[in-house]
Amino acid sequence: MLLLTCPCCGVTAEETEFSNGGEAHLKRFGPGSTDAEYEAYMFARKNPRGVHFERWRHAYGCGKWFLMARDTMTLEVYGTYKAQTTEPPADIVDKIKARRPEWEGYK
Amino acid sequence: MKRYSAFAIAREAMRQHTGWTKAWASPEPRTHYDVVIVGAGGHGLATAYYLGKNFGITNVAIIEKGWLGGGNTGRNTTIIRSNYLQDPSAAIYEKARSLYETMSQDLNYNVMFSPRGVMMLAQTEHEVRGYKRTEMANKLQGVETRFIGPAEVKRLVPIMNIEGPRYPVLGALWQARGGTARHDAVAWGYARACSDMGMHVIQNCEVIGVESVGGEVSAVATTKGTIGCKKLGIVVAGHSGHLAELAGFRLPVESVALQAMVSEPIKPCMDVVVMANTVHGYLSQSDKGEMVIGGGADHFNNYTQRGSWMHIEETVRSLVETFPMLSRLKMLRQWGGIVDMTGDRSPIISKTPLGNTFINCGWGTGGFKAIPGSGWAMAELMAKGESPLADAFSMYRFREGRFIDESVAAGVAH
Repeated sequence: MLLLTCPCCGVTAEETEFSNGGEAHLKRFGPGSTDAEYEAYMFARKNPRGVHFERWRHAYGCGKWFLMARDTMTLEVYGTYKAQTTEPPADIVDKIKARRPEWEGYK
Repeated sequence: MKRYSAFAIAREAMRQHTGWTKAWASPEPRTHYDVVIVGAGGHGLATAYYLGKNFGITNVAIIEKGWLGGGNTGRNTTIIRSNYLQDPSAAIYEKARSLYETMSQDLNYNVMFSPRGVMMLAQTEHEVRGYKRTEMANKLQGVETRFIGPAEVKRLVPIMNIEGPRYPVLGALWQARGGTARHDAVAWGYARACSDMGMHVIQNCEVIGVESVGGEVSAVATTKGTIGCKKLGIVVAGHSGHLAELAGFRLPVESVALQAMVSEPIKPCMDVVVMANTVHGYLSQSDKGEMVIGGGADHFNNYTQRGSWMHIEETVRSLVETFPMLSRLKMLRQWGGIVDMTGDRSPIISKTPLGNTFINCGWGTGGFKAIPGSGWAMAELMAKGESPLADAFSMYRFREGRFIDESVAAGVAH
């Protein structure tokens, strides 16, 4: 059971109060993009073994979307941050690097 | 290979069982094979087996990072059925189901296929309509299924409470020829047959890199050294995304944990398989008497081979409403497997952007039932470059918009 803290309302609760919304920081490709770009945007997720940035919603709480860094090998949650962020914030990246020195960084 | 038979048992009984040989060899890898299959689970071994049996390609190595059949092949609830909605799905799953019928004779290994019948419960009006539609589709596909009413459900499964207030049973899609098989035996039987054809089953050997020359695969780097190959088949279920990354492409799959559990063994009380898709609970009774329960999948990416507690609670809570007698049972074991889910919940059996490299993945929550059909199609694709069973399942269908949409139709957990 994951214990998550919503960065919007500050509540810490079990994962049953939240819902997962898939990979975060996707760059949108719409009309005008190539078939390969659109396919990658629609279907080709990173699905990493290790550090994963993802979207969550505080579904049974404040209802807000937020972003989170989590490890898919250990289920460790590195931190949550506001949805209005285009790439992982420095403090979260530093925390991940401290815990996992071999991590190649966000790309 | 010594044939297994009643006479062999009698002969060995006379000499203290000293004459049995190992079912498969454990050789050190050679430096080069015609075909390397990554992943010695059911699908990988079946691929190798049909490469040998149907196409005479036996210079094959099947390499496995753990032990044989220790991934999802040993972690599922062993249900075999083929009552899918879409034609390509029905074709490959029905091929698999029919191969299961003769597998024990074919492999000379008892896989304990038990065609006891699979019942998919309709517990909402929506499901009733969905399953009646599937029944019609199955008629056109030549797959024998029948929609049955609550009275017949009760007759087949007396322990079921069909009048529950929250999940009343409104009927069921019944496939009498579906059933279960012993999952470990499927992997072991294929491994024995592959080894007998001269193939190498190499366990405890993890792939750490894929090498290519001029856009075509040339070798795989492993923890037991570099192994050259002319063709490479990647058949690794939950870790397909990782292997694809090593081979330099990305797959439309995400890996999540799916759980199952078994109860303490009890006397025979249910002789069919029941799938309750609305509540994500799958129930059958094993030959040992344990109630085998499959649950729902987690929704977030996960490689830990253990799932969330909440899903066990959810599954058990709803099953107890439909099967009140289960409330007194103690659970013996619980486990999780990593399943690779595609966007349309249909598998991928495909060529890849890397030349002479093929991938078989995306079976999601329902791969066990497909093992022989999947291996048959994958072997044909690898040997001939095309396969009628596999062609619809190309990984390029996502770009082309040719989805095989089973996410609602099959009623599988997702």
